[in-house]
Amino acid sequence: MATSSMPADGHSDLTRRDFLMVATGALGGIGAVAAAWPLINNLNPAADTLALSSVEVNIQPIQVGQAVTVKWRGKPLFIRHRTPEEIKTAEAVPLSELRDPQTDNSRVTDTAKKVRPEWLIMIGVCTHLGCVPLGNKPGDPKGPFGGWFCPCHGSAYDTSGRIRQGPAPKNLEIPSYLFTTDTLVRVG
Amino acid sequence: MASSHGTPPVFNNKVIAWIDYRLPIFSYLEKEYHHFPTPRNFNYFWNFGAIATVMLVIMIVTGVVLATNYTPHVTMAFDSVERIMRDVPQGWLVRYLHMNGASFFFIAVYIHIFRGMYYGSYKSPRELLWILGVIILLLMMATAFMGYVLPWGQMSFWGATVITNLFSAIPVVGQSIVDWLWGGFAIDNPTLNRFYALHYLLPFVIVGVVALHVVALHIHGSNNPLGIDPRGPQDTVPFHPYYTMKDGFGVVVFLIIYAGFTFFMPNEMGDAANYIEANPLVTPTHIVPEWYFLPFYAILRAIPDKLGGVIAMFGSIGVLFLLPWLDTSRVRSATFRPIYKWFMLVLVIDVIVLGFCGAHPPEGFWVPLAQLGTLYYFFHFLILLPILGKIERPLPLPPSIAASVLKKAG
Repeated sequence: MATSSMPADGHSDLTRRDFLMVATGALGGIGAVAAAWPLINNLNPAADTLALSSVEVNIQPIQVGQAVTVKWRGKPLFIRHRTPEEIKTAEAVPLSELRDPQTDNSRVTDTAKKVRPEWLIMIGVCTHLGCVPLGNKPGDPKGPFGGWFCPCHGSAYDTSGRIRQGPAPKNLEIPSYLFTTDTLVRVG
Repeated sequence: MASSHGTPPVFNNKVIAWIDYRLPIFSYLEKEYHHFPTPRNFNYFWNFGAIATVMLVIMIVTGVVLATNYTPHVTMAFDSVERIMRDVPQGWLVRYLHMNGASFFFIAVYIHIFRGMYYGSYKSPRELLWILGVIILLLMMATAFMGYVLPWGQMSFWGATVITNLFSAIPVVGQSIVDWLWGGFAIDNPTLNRFYALHYLLPFVIVGVVALHVVALHIHGSNNPLGIDPRGPQDTVPFHPYYTMKDGFGVVVFLIIYAGFTFFMPNEMGDAANYIEANPLVTPTHIVPEWYFLPFYAILRAIPDKLGGVIAMFGSIGVLFLLPWLDTSRVRSATFRPIYKWFMLVLVIDVIVLGFCGAHPPEGFWVPLAQLGTLYYFFHFLILLPILGKIERPLPLPPSIAASVLKKAG
């Protein structure tokens, strides 16, 4: 500091200046961050995007053994009407064999805690890097576990949509859904 | 140094003198691009900085023209590109120039980077020059990735899906970051809009960093194939006309090859799947990035763990930032480093092998090969370079550039 322009006892003045400098700088920094937040937040999903976040599906026309794909939040939603054999295979798998252990029952329960094992409702997005697994259409390969098979990096899912083989870390995601009637399901 | 270096130039033209007195752009050009003393022994590897600059300009010019006809909306983007190809006067030419220009920009930059590595151009006092170059590379990759999404083909959509999903590997906040990048719950119109905005912005950021790169270059001047500093005027020639001519020649040869691709095989380096409009419900059976990303894609997939793969991929560029300090040898040019020279060649082969691994589905022997390639890549930078600099016995350096050049001339 320039001592010539300050009195000999200017020492206390110096610390006050330092304090003001730091305080002003800190406040300016907080202001800059606060001003940047709207610009960052601007990139988050908008209200109209969020408003599209639920969809109602009439499941009456889906036959046993059939599966349909519905678009939900821009992603494919898999709805599979499982056969009794498929349910039995899924339930028979011991949890110790699973990479992401979940019982079959816990994957077919709606938000009202009602279990409907014949309806498997999942987001059809591979948990590895986001491809759409094959297995919903009649001619599709279903993979070694009879469920779904992701062609991108070879992940295989079972009849409960649980990861059994390949690089994906998690089971296919179950969205929150509710059977509003016996034939109508609301997802999201 | 060149004789007139340091004395302000005198301009006979009164307009130029008037301007230069107020804004010394002509003095600057005189000093930095005319008299600028440049080592007299450049080989053709030194052309690629100028070539990359030309490609950057071509990309910006063709890109601005394309933007006048492109519509960044998910229902119209694909059709607007097809309209450019079929209906817009010579739209096909501008788009093919831009599309192939991206590949040739990367070709020029990769050769430029190889040059820097082989001749040790990143060593003191050019560390910041090198780091600015790595930043340019990163910006180029981001720009190229977002540009590839804009035609809204199948490979655009699914490439973007795979790459943005990389961030979901980050613990806890990963998915929130991905939703933020997307502006929704999947790649959709908000994503396309922001990628378009950034794809238009980033090239100008690149221009800014290139300017800093050039400023840093002109402080200590260019490195040269011998890797020794010029010791006087006998070691240098003025930049103009010697290297404006040599660079100009290289640029023309490069542009001929570029034009050859653009006119005769414009889709050779692209993926046919990108001529199918994006469909969020159907994934193509085999997702591959553009060729210039393949080695990095191979590194991503080589690690069996999702987060580990992402870290390795970003790390493969990250090590380049540290290169000036990882290489402990004080000799710049590989010409005088008998062991490093060969390992540099092995690294090039390794990166090419990784590129092939990235192009194939991760099955069979491609998986262990990619893992071996990844291991070697990091071994080269993190283990080999620090040790080699200590144990290698370099060949004797020539006394000066001039002595070496004149000896060669006989």
